[in-house]
Amino acid sequence: MAQIQQDKNKLNLTPRRFNMWIFIFTSFMFFAALTSAFIVYSGGKGHALNVIMPQVFMFSTAAIVLSSVTMFLASQAARRLQVAKQRTFLWATFVLGIIFLIAQIYGWYILTFRMGVYFSNPNASQSFIYVFSGMHLLHILAGLVLLIISLVGTYRNTPQAINLFRMEMGSIFWHFVDIIWIYLYVFLLLNQN
Amino acid sequence: MSTLQVQSHGVAHHDHDHEHHHNETFLTKYIFSQDHKMIARQFLITGIIMAVIAMILSILFRIQLAYPDKAFPLLETLLGRFAPGGRLDTNFYLSLVTIHGTIMVFFVLTAGLSGTFSNLLIPYQLGARDMASPFMNMLSYWFFFIASVIMMGSFFVQKGPAGPGWTIYPPLSALPKAMPGSGEGMTLWLISMVFFIASQLMGGINYISTILNMRTKGMDLWKMPLTIWAFFLTAVLGLLAFPVLVAGVVLLIFDRSFGTSFYLSDIVINNQQMSFEGGSPILFQHLFWFLGHPEVYIVIMPAMGLVSEVMATNSRKPIFGYHAMVYSLIGITVLSFIVWGHHMFVTGMNPFLGGVFMITTLIIAVPSAVKTFNWLATLWRGNIRFTPAMLFSIGFVSFFISGGLTGIFLGNAALDINLHDTYFVVAHFHLVMGSAAIFGMLAGVYHWFPKMFGRMIGEKLGYLHFWLTFIGAYLVFFPMHFMGLDGVPRRYYSFTEIESLKQWVSVNTFVTWAAIMSALAQVAFLVNFFYSIFFGKKATQNPWESTTLEWTTPVEHIHGNWPGEIPTVYRWPYDYSKPGHDTDFIPQDVPFSQTLTSNLPHDFEDNPVGLEEHKNWVNTQKSNEEVK
Repeated sequence: MAQIQQDKNKLNLTPRRFNMWIFIFTSFMFFAALTSAFIVYSGGKGHALNVIMPQVFMFSTAAIVLSSVTMFLASQAARRLQVAKQRTFLWATFVLGIIFLIAQIYGWYILTFRMGVYFSNPNASQSFIYVFSGMHLLHILAGLVLLIISLVGTYRNTPQAINLFRMEMGSIFWHFVDIIWIYLYVFLLLNQN
Repeated sequence: MSTLQVQSHGVAHHDHDHEHHHNETFLTKYIFSQDHKMIARQFLITGIIMAVIAMILSILFRIQLAYPDKAFPLLETLLGRFAPGGRLDTNFYLSLVTIHGTIMVFFVLTAGLSGTFSNLLIPYQLGARDMASPFMNMLSYWFFFIASVIMMGSFFVQKGPAGPGWTIYPPLSALPKAMPGSGEGMTLWLISMVFFIASQLMGGINYISTILNMRTKGMDLWKMPLTIWAFFLTAVLGLLAFPVLVAGVVLLIFDRSFGTSFYLSDIVINNQQMSFEGGSPILFQHLFWFLGHPEVYIVIMPAMGLVSEVMATNSRKPIFGYHAMVYSLIGITVLSFIVWGHHMFVTGMNPFLGGVFMITTLIIAVPSAVKTFNWLATLWRGNIRFTPAMLFSIGFVSFFISGGLTGIFLGNAALDINLHDTYFVVAHFHLVMGSAAIFGMLAGVYHWFPKMFGRMIGEKLGYLHFWLTFIGAYLVFFPMHFMGLDGVPRRYYSFTEIESLKQWVSVNTFVTWAAIMSALAQVAFLVNFFYSIFFGKKATQNPWESTTLEWTTPVEHIHGNWPGEIPTVYRWPYDYSKPGHDTDFIPQDVPFSQTLTSNLPHDFEDNPVGLEEHKNWVNTQKSNEEVK
């Protein structure tokens, strides 16, 4: 009977895991559309980006790459039933996520007040920097919520199957958000001249 | 022994479900239901209400087109400030056209069609207890409901609903001061669409996940009914296309409210130069039509699936070319993403690029023709039962052909210079995606009504409904082709104001009366539909003698669909009139061991043991014959 019970849990969770992958696909399409819009727009006369990306974006990229590493370590700890370790690495991921968030907003501050690259701009190529990073930040917020859900689970007596499932959801999404930022950042770097 | 244990567990589990079912309150059963059957009915009834509203809107602007100089005091009573002196306000006319298009395309033919039948049939036909995520499914309906309420709410703001057309091209949609329809109405339109897209994405994720993960034993992809294939590919289209519209709308909102210039450039309002510079309205068209074109296939493909199923059942024949039907659906899905430029031939597009889009567009004629010929071949020498659902399916094919042919004209970059934005376009898409898709949906409603409500829908009113609608739709849209060829533009308020259009007012009057007739025909449907829900004849379990799994469920809806174990699937869904069998249909859950007289060698293609058994049986039969 225990065997059957476990099978049932698996049956219930597989489609949900699948749901997450499909959602990631839609998200990917969204960013693909935005960058395609940039390509179409910047093809017009006088629409080159012409902004050297602020240094702080380098820093935030490092933070989010590091957070992906800690997230991986957290999942590994969860799989080995090391709750304390899992909790620590989850907190590390969460803090790095917050650092990324702050760094991005600081990046906007530098762009706007130091470099004079405004959101409301006759050259919309420059507005796109804000759109890319802003829409990405919304995803970061969603990722942070998923991290909190996993974290709360570690403080309660959650069944391992659920714990692992939450960790998996959180890490799939977090790694995706990480990759999307690297994509957007490299895209902007390649187009900055 | 182990098998026995599993079964007993399954039964015990079911009993638990049954208790749960009895404990449901009114709120969880009818309002915030997570049951796919109830959600399907919610989508259907909301869709029907939205369709009636959009139809009334179309009658309003048709009256204006037929009698541009006449005042109807009744209109002022009904519409107040939108019809001063009994004549429609010019801006309100544009709002009517916009909201009619938006509701019909998105709320009726996307949510109403996919939402109803995907929710109803995916778990039923695949043998699943419910959707992958019932909670998300419920949210999907309620987001759709909120979107509908907001869209309707825009009729109650001071300046009226959105007016820039259902395609909301900037600059009209991006400048709140451009015209009354660009104001709060437009804002509400955008908010409503955000909810709508969220609803569609949640629904679509669920459909795909259920189809790929929750099929019953034996139901491999090539044993799925064509309905499921169509819903699956439709959901894939939606998930790929709607995020792109979100991207376009996000940029539009920034232009509207945050002073960016993604789409705006060199704008002068009331002799005042606006601060927008450097934007490109064409960019919006690219983003919009990258969604917009797949959207028309999102509308038509579920209808294709429903029609295939209804036609096979009522012709008592296997669908002709099952594999070709699936591959043509896949072909349409892929092609639909590389044709969006044909909506933009006259935007100053590079003629070479126009040529590329023209070729991809015309290639779509190939899978479409494959489907059409297969439907006709399915009918060929069939033992046809002309139920209302069957008539609507045949009507679907008729509209799909006559509307599809004009698509070949419009897809031609050179011809489109003349035809763009004329009534020819209006005629084309109203036949091919408007009438055809709604006929597919109605075929589905008539066919699966017994499954949804446990009662039969009245046949006589069904026939009346079909013939009046079928004839009415042709009378409405056929004359529009000639107007379009003469260069009559869409969305013009008054034909008497322009010399070259005056001669067409008489045609408009004719079209309007045909439209009123078709609208009245829908009353027959509404009466029939709502009467039959409560007082129709009680349905039997399998009233159409169909082969698919939904007809193996009890007539009374139960939580979890099947009282015992979920049936196992052994055969494809189109075993109609199989030679050698005593009935003219064999349900999917009947194993080959029970149908020895009708088995054929190709039934055992990937089953060598079965083939051996089959050969043995045939040989024994032969030797028995010889003895006789």
